[in-house]
Amino acid sequence: MNGELNMSIGHLALYLAVMALVTYLIRMIPFTLFRKEIKSAFFRSFLAYVPYAVLGAMTFPSIFFATASLPSAIAGTVVALILAFFRRSLLTVAVGASGTALIVELLLGFFS
Amino acid sequence: MKKQAYTFREGLRDGVPIGLGYLSVSFGIGIAAVAVGLSPLVALIISMTNETSAGQKAGLDLIADCLPLAEGIITMILSQLVINLRYSLMGISLSQRLDSSFTTPWRMLLSFSITDEIFAVASTKKEKVGVYYFAGLGCIPYIGWAAGTLLGALAGTLLPEMVRGCLGLMLYGMFIAIIIPPARRERGVLFAVCLAVALSCVFYFIPLFDFLSDGLALIIAAVASAAVAALLFPVAAPHEDVETPAPDGGEVNA
Repeated sequence: MNGELNMSIGHLALYLAVMALVTYLIRMIPFTLFRKEIKSAFFRSFLAYVPYAVLGAMTFPSIFFATASLPSAIAGTVVALILAFFRRSLLTVAVGASGTALIVELLLGFFS
Repeated sequence: MKKQAYTFREGLRDGVPIGLGYLSVSFGIGIAAVAVGLSPLVALIISMTNETSAGQKAGLDLIADCLPLAEGIITMILSQLVINLRYSLMGISLSQRLDSSFTTPWRMLLSFSITDEIFAVASTKKEKVGVYYFAGLGCIPYIGWAAGTLLGALAGTLLPEMVRGCLGLMLYGMFIAIIIPPARRERGVLFAVCLAVALSCVFYFIPLFDFLSDGLALIIAAVASAAVAALLFPVAAPHEDVETPAPDGGEVNA
């Protein structure tokens, strides 16, 4: 996914405008109009689970193709999972994952 | 205007730890933006007009896909709707915790700074929150979000591609750090995450689903898993906030 973006400035501007507008409206409209709690247990639960489902689906399998080679991505992922399991902070997990991947890449480069 | 329970300065102060946490997440967002071919300036514009990690990452992936324009825009609208839907719930919930200084124009203006962490802090204050405090609370996180994005994007343009790819793991690592602790604690979260990952892999690897764009696949995987999880594991009543435990000041999911 590294490289040049094959999109005109106009189209890119349209994408960015739509993205910002939708994100703003979804925050603004309920905050401004609704002043009552949501009663539906299903809808509340659904909304509570959406962020985790989104992050899960966004991370896998994409994480395996984020680096230059599969072994470094797998190593980084495993380290991230272990650190997160032991409740390390966001920054620790992030640095651990990318640092591990970098070391593996350097080792691969050294031995190839 | 009636005396408000908390001052602008108190809001600013409460926003400092959030802003510091945002620096690192948005650094990852900046890296991701230049990785799809955007300039640091465009990366900064996106962060200053959105302030949401998952939504921005999904938006970047969609821009990188270069779908036909109409299809791309519709997918963008749908994906931002689904991914940021939780802010609607937070806004409604937060409404219960605001004082009368929150008139309609203030709500329209300050709704922009509803994020997971700002919601968590504002809605757990002892007294009802006024516009001064809430405006202050949003400042430092916003600056942190923008600055981190710019730094990440600049670092991304300067570093060689191999290193940049490895730094790209930062954002995914943070997503994993957000997901795992609550998944250990709550079976519903664990179920939703596992199902979403499974569906996402199925859509990605099985050729039958090649007709789905990545953006649409993400929406379907997320909505389906959250819905099934909600049916099987309903969340107890006043628990609309996303889990945000902060062991060493870092648990961030703008």
